[in-house]
Amino acid sequence: MTDTSGTAGHGRDIDELYQQVIIEHNRHPRNFGALEPHTHRAEGYNPLCGDHLFVSLNIDEQGTIQAVSFEGDGCAISKASASLMTMALKGKKIEEARMLFDEFRRLILKEMDAAREPNHLGKLTVFSGVWKYPSRVKCAILAWHTMKGALDNAKTVSTE
Amino acid sequence: MNMAFDVKRIREDFPNLAAQGRDAKPIVYFDNAATTFKPCQVIALTHSHYCHRTANIHRGVHYLSEVATAEYESTREKVRRFLNARSLSEIIFTKGATESINLVAASYGRKFLKSGDEVIISQMEHHSNIVPWQMLREETGCVLRVVPISDAGELMLDEYRKLLGPRTKLVAMVHVSNSLGTVNPVKDIIKEAHSAGAVVLIDAAQGVTHEPVDVQLWDADFVVFSGHKMFGPTGVGVLYGKERLLESMPPYQGGGDMILSVDFDKTIYNRLPHKFEAGTPNVAGVIGLGAAIDYMNSLSWAEVIDYKKDLLQHGTKLLSTIPDLRMIGSATEKAPIFSFTLRDIHAHDIGTLLDREGFAIRTGHHCTQPVMKRFGIPATSRASLAFYNTREELEAFAVALKKVVEVFK
Ligand SMILES: Cc1ncc(COP(=O)(O)O)c(C=O)c1O
Repeated sequence: MTDTSGTAGHGRDIDELYQQVIIEHNRHPRNFGALEPHTHRAEGYNPLCGDHLFVSLNIDEQGTIQAVSFEGDGCAISKASASLMTMALKGKKIEEARMLFDEFRRLILKEMDAAREPNHLGKLTVFSGVWKYPSRVKCAILAWHTMKGALDNAKTVSTE
Repeated sequence: MNMAFDVKRIREDFPNLAAQGRDAKPIVYFDNAATTFKPCQVIALTHSHYCHRTANIHRGVHYLSEVATAEYESTREKVRRFLNARSLSEIIFTKGATESINLVAASYGRKFLKSGDEVIISQMEHHSNIVPWQMLREETGCVLRVVPISDAGELMLDEYRKLLGPRTKLVAMVHVSNSLGTVNPVKDIIKEAHSAGAVVLIDAAQGVTHEPVDVQLWDADFVVFSGHKMFGPTGVGVLYGKERLLESMPPYQGGGDMILSVDFDKTIYNRLPHKFEAGTPNVAGVIGLGAAIDYMNSLSWAEVIDYKKDLLQHGTKLLSTIPDLRMIGSATEKAPIFSFTLRDIHAHDIGTLLDREGFAIRTGHHCTQPVMKRFGIPATSRASLAFYNTREELEAFAVALKKVVEVFK
């Protein structure tokens, strides 16, 4: 007999939060590590759960993000979010990065329905279930706040 | 398993056990170290106080005030008996364990501790039994000494003895650790401290539901606990203090009720215990705490202790079958509190996945960051059980944990 009560029968919601993409990026985060040289860098901290990371960006004179990386430690949601963010930002203009930040923030706060509204989120919509877990919203947005802090030349960013 | 303890019957007293979680799933409540559910008896008495007997206390000539005052003061007698204190003067109502500790640090500490005097605490203290002493250190220049804990999460008593000395003025120690489950040998700790001439504060926030507390048997100087962790309301707690010590201490807060007479030239403080109860207290909360004590008295300690021991053993065995689960805290004397890490899965992911299955656990540092540091981990997942939890819930918990591992495979 096959047992379907395992991951498959886990309920749709949890699959929405812990989707395979998120699990996979947690295990093999992209653009993970120090970035040299970099033009922007900030530290992000979520005092509530101890998530702690750095985001570094290398932005050229035309304002294009040539490279972006993150370092640090956190839960699967925060790590996968950081990893996917770095992929989304590479090659983008600063203004585009700011726009993505805003779209992502609205997505995870359920201020936007990504299926209906036009947006540039692409793969980032895997986080659309986070709003159901208010205690985890900060985990998903930490890397983004840190990135924005780096653009604004802030040294440290806290989600509190 | 002890059959004398009828858990099915007991569970009927706790309406919150029927609560539903996400997607209307039944909740298994394993967060009792944070706060416990309240039995109907506590809810009903608090409710009826607000419905029929609301009044301020100690200052009314009218009927309702007399009734409320009598109920409030009769709870003091219940607490006195619950702790086996000598006198009603020794029972102070506060808003919780935290305020009780702060009261002692601010009142006793400021008056009697000088620069260079030593306060001994342990590595397993809750932040509420660390920070008030650090604040006292800033004010008085006293020195904080910390008793280390072993790999099993037990207090290193040899180290404790080495720290005790002529400079030791106060020892503040937890009875039962909220993050490790360790039960400390309170009586020995107190005896050793007394030999060194120090007074002892025991944080029994978790201890009062673990075993009977007898302040005379312990010879404790101060004991603190919270109502909400022992099936009572939030916002009410107790400070027990030896009368001689409380008499010697200045008031903690000034206001109404703590004075006999006020004049701009001279104010005369009230007698114990009122000297330490400034302002209108949590009347309904105190009355509800009385109902919680009545409820605990209606159970047999021997049965509760046996039953919880069985939960501890059963849970320990079940969790040991989960590969790569590391139990943090494996003291010989332990309450049914399971704090653990699971592979490299972050505690918050474990917490969210278990929540989805209906399990209410706590993840994080549990207000004991030094414990996390001691074990070299950022956080644990913690299941803390009360006597209304069951073996079946533990078995379902083990299954749910195996599912968590599956998700992260
Ligand atoms: C051992 C211990 N001491 C003190 C406290 C503080 O209790 P409260 O927050 O009710 O004042 C707690 C609460 O978690 C505790 O577990």
